[in-house]
This record gives sequence, C-alpha cells and structure tokens, in this order.
Amino acid sequence: MCTVRCPIRVEVEDNEVKWIEGNPYLLGGSLCARGGAGVALLNDCERPQTPMIRSGPRGSGKWEQVSWEKAIQYVAEKLEKIIARYGARSVVVSTRGGPWQDLFKAFTFALGSPNYTNHDSACGRNVHHASLSVYGLGRKGFDLDIRNTEHLVLFGRNILSSLGVAEVNQVMDMLDRGGRLTYVDVRQTLTGIKAHRFWLVRPGTDYALLLGIINEVLRQGAYDKEFVDRYTEGFEELAAFVEPYTAEWAARECGIRAGEIKKFVEEIATQRPRVIFHRGWMLARYRDSFYASRAIHILNVLMGNIEIPGGQIIAKGAADCGVQPPRSFTSRVKKPEEKRADGVGWKYRHFDPGVGLFHLFYEAMLTEDPYPIKALICYRHDPLTCFPDPEAQKEALERCELLVAIDTHYSEFAWWSDVILPESTYLERETPVALKRGAKPYLFLRQRAVEPRFNTRANWEIVSMLAERLGLTDFFPFRRIEEIWEWQLEPTGYRPEDFQEKGFIPLTDHPILYPRDQLEGKFKTPSGKIEFVSRKLESLDIPSFKAYQSPARPPKGRYRLVFGRAPVHTHGHTINNPLLNELMPENTLWINQREAQKLGIEEGDLVDVIAETVKFTVKAHVTEFIHPEAVYTVHGFGREVPYQSRSYKVGLSDQKLMEGLLQHMDPVGGGLCLCEKFVTIRRSPQNPKRRVEL
Amino acid sequence: MNLRRYTLYHNAKRCIGCHACEIHCKVNKSLPVGPILCEISCQPLKRVKNIPKTEFLFRSCYHCDDPLCVAACPTGAMKKREDGIVFVDETRCVGCMLCAGACPWHIPQYNPATGKAIKCDLCKDRIDRGLKPACVSKCTTKALELVELRPWGEPPG
Repeated sequence: MCTVRCPIRVEVEDNEVKWIEGNPYLLGGSLCARGGAGVALLNDCERPQTPMIRSGPRGSGKWEQVSWEKAIQYVAEKLEKIIARYGARSVVVSTRGGPWQDLFKAFTFALGSPNYTNHDSACGRNVHHASLSVYGLGRKGFDLDIRNTEHLVLFGRNILSSLGVAEVNQVMDMLDRGGRLTYVDVRQTLTGIKAHRFWLVRPGTDYALLLGIINEVLRQGAYDKEFVDRYTEGFEELAAFVEPYTAEWAARECGIRAGEIKKFVEEIATQRPRVIFHRGWMLARYRDSFYASRAIHILNVLMGNIEIPGGQIIAKGAADCGVQPPRSFTSRVKKPEEKRADGVGWKYRHFDPGVGLFHLFYEAMLTEDPYPIKALICYRHDPLTCFPDPEAQKEALERCELLVAIDTHYSEFAWWSDVILPESTYLERETPVALKRGAKPYLFLRQRAVEPRFNTRANWEIVSMLAERLGLTDFFPFRRIEEIWEWQLEPTGYRPEDFQEKGFIPLTDHPILYPRDQLEGKFKTPSGKIEFVSRKLESLDIPSFKAYQSPARPPKGRYRLVFGRAPVHTHGHTINNPLLNELMPENTLWINQREAQKLGIEEGDLVDVIAETVKFTVKAHVTEFIHPEAVYTVHGFGREVPYQSRSYKVGLSDQKLMEGLLQHMDPVGGGLCLCEKFVTIRRSPQNPKRRVEL
Repeated sequence: MNLRRYTLYHNAKRCIGCHACEIHCKVNKSLPVGPILCEISCQPLKRVKNIPKTEFLFRSCYHCDDPLCVAACPTGAMKKREDGIVFVDETRCVGCMLCAGACPWHIPQYNPATGKAIKCDLCKDRIDRGLKPACVSKCTTKALELVELRPWGEPPG
C-alpha cells in the first residue's frame, strides 16, 4: 500500500479481507490509516483491471483492453525491435526501489542493459551519498535506536506524519521515557507540536544552522574526543573549516537566536553520546543539501553515537547472525560492462553506480549522448508525479519508442505510457524473500491473502512471463512462487514453512552490537575510518566541505514552494483511495499570516498558485506558523487521470509547478533541488463575490 | 439502569493525529464513504512557551448511562446492553434517525449502504470474543485503550 511496507497480518473469509493489522510480533497489531485502508484499494474498481495497450496518442486515454498473452507479446516484440536496432543498452528499467528491486535489476541485466535505476534522485540520494562519503556505508547502513536515545534532533524530518509504524512508536516511547525532541523546519508540523524545542528557520538555511551547531560543539568541547581520535580522520580540517561559522553567524542566517543554539549545545553536551541527529530520508531539497546531510552525519560522529544503545547502530546482515544470506536474482546474471547512459560510474565517478540517477536518463534521451535511449519500463515508479516538471519529462519521453508501466494503480506515468501491465495489490500477490538488515536482521516475504479481484498479476509472474517470451529463462526459470522461495532460501537452511509462525524469520533474538573498541574495518571508506575529509571526493577534486552560500530571497509577491506529507496519504498513489480520500480529499496552500494580509488573502479563500505556464487554484490555509518566505502544500494531489474520479484535477500539484527544475541537481549529492522553486501567489478572481439564485 | 462497564481512554500525549482509528473502525464495520464513527480533532495551533502546540481529541459514542437515543427510538432498535454498550439492532432500525436528533452530540449516523442508523458499539462482537475494539487494537501509537470501569474497591474481573 505504502512504501514503508510495515509488516502486516491479514484475516480472510471466503476470499474477502476481514481484518488487517500490524504484525503482532513486530508492531503489536498497530497500523496506520494507510495500512488499514488497503481493503479499499483491493475493492476499488478505479485501478487497472486488465492489461491495456494504448490505441490513441500518448495521454489521450484511448486504450485497448487486451489479454496478458497479447500484452506480453506486444512488449516483447517492441523490445526485440528496439534491442536489434539500438542495442539492449537503450532500455532503461526503473523501480520505486525497496527490498524487491533485485528482481527488476536482474531482469535489466539479463536483457543486456546496464541501465537499472530508481526514484531516489528525487528522494534520498543526497543522504545516501553523504553517508557513503563519511562512513563508507549507505543511507540504510544504520539502524537508529530512537527508543533509547536521550535527545532526538530532526531537521525537517516530519517523523510523525511521514510515518512508519515501528519508528513512530520508538519516538513516542522515547518521549514517554522523558527523552527530548528538537524539531527544525520552515513550518510547524504534527511532529513539531510534540517537540521540546522548535526552530522555525528561514528556508534553505539548514546547512548554516548545522555549521553553527558544529562550531559551537567544538567550541564547547562537547564531543567524544576519544571516539573522534580513534575512528575518524580530518578533524583538524573540519575544525578549521567551521571556525568562521559561529553560532552568532548562524543565528543571523537562519533567524534563530545565538543564545538558543548555545543552550541547545550545552544540553546535548550532557546527553551525548545518546543524541541522534536523524539522517532523514528525503533530502532532495536545496543545492547544498548534500553538504547539509554531511554535516548531520558529522554531528552524529561528534556525539560518538555509533554502535551504542540510543544511538546509530550499524545495520547487520545474515552473516552477522551466522547465516548465509538468501540468494538474489542478480546472482544469476552478469552485470553488462557497458557504460551507464546516466553517466554514473564514468562521467560522474562520485555517485553510487548501483542505481544511478533517474533524471539524467532524460538528458540522454534528448541528446542521445552517450547513446540513444528508446524504451523505459517503470515498475511501481511514477516519475511524472515524483520528479519535477512533467511537461519537460514528456518532451524527453517523446524520444522513446516504448513506455511500459507496471503498477497497481493508474499512475500519471501509466496514463502517459504505451502499455499498462496491472500488478496485483499487496493483498493479492506474493513476493520473493528479502532480508531486512538492521540491529535485529530478519527474513521476510509477502504471502497472497486473497485471489486477485481483477486480471492482474504479481511482480514475479510478470517478470516470469516476460523472461519466457524473451528467451531469458536462464535468468528466470521459475513458474511457481514456491520454487522461488525454495531456491532463495536454500543456502540459509530455512524453509518457506518457517515463515508461518510469525510471518517473518528472525535471525537473532537480541540486537547485535559490535564491541565499541573493535570498530576498525567496519567503515567501508578508503581509509577504513570515518572520514570528515573524504578521500574519495578529494581524489576527484570535490571538496569535502563547502563554503556556505546564502539562499536567494524570493522576489516580491513570490514565495518558495515547499512540500511535505500527511499521515493519511503516501505520495501520489493513495489520493484516489476511497477511504483515504474521504479523510483528505484535497490539499491546501499554507501561507504566512502577515504575507496573506498583504495579499488580501483570508483563511479558506481561493488562491492562484502560478509558475511560468502552470497555474493551480486551491484554498489557502493562513497561519503564523510558516516562514514568510515559504508556501507549503501536501504532495501528490492535482492528478490528471480521468479514470480516478475522486482525485481527478483536485488540488495542487507541486511537481507540475516546478517548471525548469528537472535537471536542477545538487552536483555533489545527485539529489534534485525540489525546494528551489518560487511561485507567484494571488487571491484568486474565482472567489465568489455574490450569489444569484433563481 | 445499566451502568457502562467500558470506556475508551485516549492518551493525548501519545496520539499523533494520524486518523488510523477512524479507518480501522470503518473497515471493521465495512462502512461506505459517509459515516465516520469515531473522530480525531484538534484546536488550532497556539503558542505555549514559544512552541506552537495543540492536542488531539478523540470522540466516539459516550454510551451514556441514561441514553436519550434509546428513549427516542420509536422501534426499539436502539438498545443498551447489560454492560452499558448502546447499539443499533439493525433488524429493527428503520433509518428514521430520531436517535441522532435526540443525541446532544448527534452521534448516530446514517449508513447509506444499509439505509439504517449506525454508531459506535465498542465492537461488542469483538469484546464478546475477548478482543478489543478495532480502534484500540490497531491504534498506530497505542494511544487508545479499552478501560473497564468498576465501583470503587471492587476487584477487577
């Protein structure tokens, strides 16, 4: 349902779902609104019910409903033609990411293309790359033991709205225990109302605040000297770099009082090492977000919170539990040696070549440099909702001869594509086995709770059909899910039946922590240490620290457009869910009270939100608790798929307003700068002046 | 008079306003768009020690000791159990909604799928099976609890 994928238990009677709850062993039954509303998704007929092939121009909504045989035949023939003419490398496959992306990555490689990618350049790439540059471990390389921490510091991580059930409970338990919460954002949120300290900062100045905090931490000596001496390198350079960035300087930049920053550091000095600066997920925000993310990682290291209860615990895998990991599909194929079309790995050597950067494929489509891209297959990934400026994307997609969407709902990309292969919802499909890394690793999978309502298929069935038709059965010989599970589990010594008891297979009964005095070799950086100065970046002439540049102030009458999440929707794909739509049918535009007054806007008025060529009209929410430079909205609305009657053209789409931002990327982190759009706001002429009734 | 034996306790400190209870309730009762039997709400943000704050409120049926809805029901469909749970007997309800008019908080709602009144019955079928109501069982943060009320000094059970 949602991409947090909280583990669930489902009760079924006569092929009807009667009850969905959080896994009793992992979540004690708890589940959020989105998880609970899965039944409404299952029974919703406003989702693709059978394979469809486009019969009019792209986006015209003219579809021919076809059988699976015909759809697979169509896709395979097109792919074969494209591969014969342009080579397998001209095929790009993108997914949402997550634990099952291995299947599609392997499929891409089996086709002979190196171009596997996912949505992450509009999400967590900056955090991931920053984490790699500091620890040599990626974004998911640590588990945060929030429950046992003394102080959780959140930079725009709206943890209680953009929620995962397990993480939220950790936060609430931490607060119940007397832990402290500091929340930094450009507006107040459901998370901020629980905080002990709330800092409303000027948009785009997170990096300044972080530098000011580091400076103050060093000035007060409020860091773990022993840990820093033993496990890090580049401390002197760090100290020299942050010297001019005093708390007083940061205060002027972000609008927080210097005394408050000092008091905050005095407080964490008494609480460290059990202080966590949350690394965040989505930090595709500003041009310096990579360095801001790096500063967050550095602060965690200065706290010395690595590998302790209440800190950041290095994620463990199967080997740490004395178990062989389950087999992966990528082990069945050889990665093509061809250069990636997004330039990652050769043109951009500082990026992780594992998934590359999705948006850079658009450039390759347009320029045919380094080679033409002619087919794009998106599995559960809706680039037209997730990436900025859909019109610019469509221009590039024009160059593709085949667009295939595999999804459970009508994504905006599906609506624009040539073929829709409808996937069964998570209640109607199984998935292969995956390993959850963390302090307590476990194996998990998804079982089929009910038979599909419509003519849809599971992801592995779709790959199986494609593989068979394309003659890739060496890569994917499987016809039944049990065969897959048994093959995957064989090295682990477990059997598929072992999932029955709890729904997952725990590989350990207690959190695994490495001895804190034996962390040598655990950090996969070139030096084996935590690198304040990154040897990899420096070797590519990229500085490890970046001088701060103050963000532009919006011109008069314009505002910085920022976006976020609500607890009842996940990105763009739940807006049309009947139950969730009932709770939140539309989004609004938050605007600062004083600014609204200047513009003559009152609470509930209709306002026009205008970019260069795009305009939306929505209701205003006037509040003093948003920075005057920013306007805010919930992402995912403003959808334009006519088959989704509840969400069609309702509300405002932030990504459609982000004209010109498609290639606006943090050059070092690879994340897009999604908070760098200024929009014009005015009171809409559509506000009724009077009403005439006959 | 049947005094109520159960009540729902809402721990506002743990509640994050995620509205999961509303959905869990609706899904458990297979309700269409329209009726929402329990509701989370909050006051507008207000500064408390310089932090904009608000608290969430949870409201469902109060299962009054002397319920006006029961008295107002012309067909005897609105009933009160021995344990104090006020519920709608669907076989008798004609959907006249006099109950909603009689209730000071207009708690009973019209269910367009059945043409009858519906309200929170504390998931009495689940309570009878030794389980907790849907909203309590699945509350995201375990902010909701089912509390058993008993006279002062009386032992539990």
